[in-house]
Amino acid sequence: MRVEPKPAPSFAVTLLYPVAAIALTFAITALLVLAAGASPFSVFHLVWKGAAGSQFALLETLTRATPLIFTGLAVAVAFRAKLWNIGAEAQLYMGAVVTVVLGTGALPLPAFLLIPIIVIVAMAAGGVLLLGPAVLKTRFGVDEVVTTLLLNFIVLLFVSMLLEGPLKDPMGLGWPQSPKVIADAQLPRIVQGKRLHYGFVMALVSALVVWVIMKKTVLGYEMRAVGHNQQAASFAGVPVNSVLMKTALLSGGLAALAGFSEVSGLKGNLTLDLSPGYGYTGIVVAMLAMLNPIGVVASAIFVAGIFVGADAMSRSAGVPSYIADVMVATALLTMVVAILFTRYRLRWK
Amino acid sequence: MPQRPHPAASPPPSPQGGGEGAAPPVLRLSGVTKRFGPLLANDAISFELARGEVVALLGENGAGKTTLMNILFGHYVADEGAVEVFGKPLPPGDPRAALEAGIGMVHQHFTLAENMTVLENIALGTQGFLNWKLDRIGARERIEKLSWEFGLAVDPAARVASLSVGERQRVEILKALYRDARILILDEPTAVLTPAETDALFATLKLLVGQGLSIIFISHKLNEVMSVSDRVLVLRSGRLAGERVTAGTSRSELAALMVGQEVVSPPVPPPEPGQLQLVLNAVSTARRGAGVTLDRISLSLRGGEITGLAGVSGNGQAALAALISGVEAPASGEIIVRGNLAKNWSPRAALSAGIGRIPEDRHAVGTIGDMSVTENVIAERYRTSRFSRRGFLDWRAARKFAEEIIADYDVKCPSPEARIRLLSGGNMQKLILGRALDSAPSVILANQPTRGLDVGAVGYVHGKLLEARARGAAILLISEDLEEILALSDRIIVMSKGRLSAASPRGERTVAQLGALMAGHDMEAA
Repeated sequence: MRVEPKPAPSFAVTLLYPVAAIALTFAITALLVLAAGASPFSVFHLVWKGAAGSQFALLETLTRATPLIFTGLAVAVAFRAKLWNIGAEAQLYMGAVVTVVLGTGALPLPAFLLIPIIVIVAMAAGGVLLLGPAVLKTRFGVDEVVTTLLLNFIVLLFVSMLLEGPLKDPMGLGWPQSPKVIADAQLPRIVQGKRLHYGFVMALVSALVVWVIMKKTVLGYEMRAVGHNQQAASFAGVPVNSVLMKTALLSGGLAALAGFSEVSGLKGNLTLDLSPGYGYTGIVVAMLAMLNPIGVVASAIFVAGIFVGADAMSRSAGVPSYIADVMVATALLTMVVAILFTRYRLRWK
Repeated sequence: MPQRPHPAASPPPSPQGGGEGAAPPVLRLSGVTKRFGPLLANDAISFELARGEVVALLGENGAGKTTLMNILFGHYVADEGAVEVFGKPLPPGDPRAALEAGIGMVHQHFTLAENMTVLENIALGTQGFLNWKLDRIGARERIEKLSWEFGLAVDPAARVASLSVGERQRVEILKALYRDARILILDEPTAVLTPAETDALFATLKLLVGQGLSIIFISHKLNEVMSVSDRVLVLRSGRLAGERVTAGTSRSELAALMVGQEVVSPPVPPPEPGQLQLVLNAVSTARRGAGVTLDRISLSLRGGEITGLAGVSGNGQAALAALISGVEAPASGEIIVRGNLAKNWSPRAALSAGIGRIPEDRHAVGTIGDMSVTENVIAERYRTSRFSRRGFLDWRAARKFAEEIIADYDVKCPSPEARIRLLSGGNMQKLILGRALDSAPSVILANQPTRGLDVGAVGYVHGKLLEARARGAAILLISEDLEEILALSDRIIVMSKGRLSAASPRGERTVAQLGALMAGHDMEAA
C-alpha cells in the first residue's frame, strides 16, 4: 500500500469530503448504539428531533453553537498559519474574566459604551494570552502545542483562585462563582423569553469578518503564505514572526469572545463550568469546516446539534448522552482522514 | 530465526567459479532508468561490481547517486532496467529482498533508535515475529566478534543516544554485517566524520574488502574517492559520465568529468562593465548547523557583467546565496549596495536594494506549492501600492500582473488560479524568473537557475540572464554546472571551503585549472 500525492480536487468535490466523513461517523456510531441495545434509526431520529425538531430545540442548538463558532474561528485562523493553538479554552476563560471584572459595576457606563469596551479588552486579554506561546515558539522554538495546552489548566486554576477570592460573589452562599454582570453589560436576547442572545449575531458577523480578512487582506494573504510554506514566505520577504504574532492576537481574541458572549449573553456570571470544553471542541469544528470561516458556522451548528440532540435522546431512549462525545470525536478522526484524501490517494499493490 | 553463519566463514550464496578472473560480478545493473515527472534522475545506467572491490560513485548533488542506490535497495522502483545480485535478478521495490540478497546500506542520515542500546538496534528486525525474546548472549557474542574483526569498536550495551556520530556509523555498519551483507553501500559516509574517524572508517573498509565484501562508496569528495576506491563511476545529471580506474586518473580529471567538459557557448557579446552595484567586504556568517560558513569573503559585482561562481557543492555557496538574498545577515563585515552601507539586512532589505533572487530550491524556497500562480507572483511585492491599499489586496491587479508574467515569460499553466504545485519545473522556474526580473533589478542572484530543467528551458533562462546583463544588471551566477559557468560568465570565481579564489576573466583558466581549484588545490596561489 502506498500513499501518493494527487492534484487538488475541484471546489464542489471538496465539499463532498466533510459529507462523507459525517456519513462514516454515523455508520461507526450506529454500531455503538446497536451495542447499547437500541435501534440506530430511532436514536438518530431522536437526536435530530432533539436538535432541530421544534423551535425550542433549534434555538437551543443555535445557543450552544454560539461559543463553538467563536472557538472554531479562533482555531481556524491559527491553524491556517500553522500556529497550533490548542489553548482556546484558556483564552475563552480570559475573555470571561475580563467580562466579569469590567461588567459587574466597576465601569458605570451605558451599554453602547460598556459592551464595546468589554469586547475590546476581552479580545486583548485572550490575544495576549496566546502571544506568550507564540513568542516562545518564534524565539526559542518551544512547541506551542504543549504550551497552549498546558495554559488551559493554568488558566482554569487561576480562575478557580479568582472565584474563591477577589471575584467571589459575596451573595453566592459560598459557591465559587462571580457576581452577575450588570444589565448594561448584558447582551440582549434575540427572542424575548428564549435563551438565544445577540452573541449569536456577533458570531455570524465575526465569521464574515474573518472570511474577509483571510480572502481579501494583506494579513490574510501573509497568514496563508506562512502556513503553507514558512521558508518560501520568509524568502519572499513576508515578516514571518510578526505575522505569527498578529495571528496569535486574532486567534486568542476570537476565543475570548466566546467567554464574553457566554457570560454576557447567557450565564450572567462566571463559574468554573462556564465551558464544557468549548475550546477543545473548537478544534473539531474548525477541522470539520476545513478551516473555512463560513464553514465554521455550519460545522459549529452541526456539532452543537449533536450535543443538544443527544441530551434529549438520552432522556427518552436510555442511550447515554456520551454518544455525542463519541460522535464528535469520531467526526474529527474521519475528517482528518478525509482531508488526507483531498491531497493523497491510496494505491494498493 | 536460526542464526545464519558468519559472513566471513561462508562463501556468498553464488557459485564462485574457478579462477580469479572468472568470478562473476556480485552486482550487475543494466540500463537502470528512473524518471520523476519530467526529471530524468537516472538515465540507462549500467555497471558491474566485482567481489572484493570498492567502487566510488562520484557526482554532484542531484546527479542521481542517491536515487540509484535507493533503486538498488528497493526504496524506489526503476522505470526500466534490471538489477542482478550474485547472478540472480533482484525483485524491484522490496527492501527485504535486497537485505536477503546480501545488500546492506548505511544511509547518510542514520536510521537508529536513539533510546535503545547498540545491541537492540543491531538485532532489531532480525528475529521472527513470534520469537520475541532476544537471544542477548548470542547476539552480543556475534557483535563483539564482528567489531573485533573489523575494527568497529563500540560497546553493545551502550545506549545509542550516548554515542558520537562516528560510533553511530559503526553501529550502522555492524547492523549491515550482522545481517550478512555481502555488498555494502555507504551514502556520503564521511560527511559527518572528523578526519580521524574518517581514517578509521577507511581502515575498516580495507578489512571488509579483504574478507571479500564489495563496497559502493558514494561521495562528492574527490580526495576520499581517490584514496579509498579501486574504480570510480562518475554520474552527471543522471547519466554515467565516465568510468575510471582510480590508479589511472587524477582529481582534476574527475572534477572535470563531474561537472562536464563540453562547452557550447551561446553568443555572448563583449561585456560593458558598468559601475559597482554590490560589494561584500570581508563578510563572515555565523555557524548554523553543520553547513560551511563564509570566512571573510570579499566580492564585487559590476553592472553589465555576469560573475560565475563555480565550486563543488557544500563549500559555502548556500551560505553566500543566503547572505545576498537577505535570508542570512552578516555576522561581521559589510554589505555595500551602490555605495551605501546596508543595515538591518533581511529579505525585504535585499529586495528594496534592488536584488532579484532566483533561489536554488524552487519547490521549498522559491514557491508556495499550495498557493495559486497569482498569489506566488506577487509574493515579493504584495505590499506595494500596485497590489494593496490600506491593508486590502487588489486581486484584480494581482491577477493582471500574473497574466502579464505568464505571457511575457512564456509560462504554460492552466490559469493564474492554478496551484503552482501543478506546474512543471521549467514553468515554475520561468515564473520565478518573471517575479525576480520584472522589476528590472540592478543585481541578480541566480543560484542553480537551470538545475533539473530540460534543454529548452535552460536556453530560455540563459537568454533572460543575458538580456538582464545587456541592460546593465550585475549578475552572480552560482552553478555546479561548470559548462554553464564557462558559457555565460564574464569572470569566474571558484569557491572552496567557504573562501573565494581570485576572479579570472573569461577564457583565462582551463577546465583542468578550475577543476584543481574546485578540488581545493592552491586556493591562495591561483
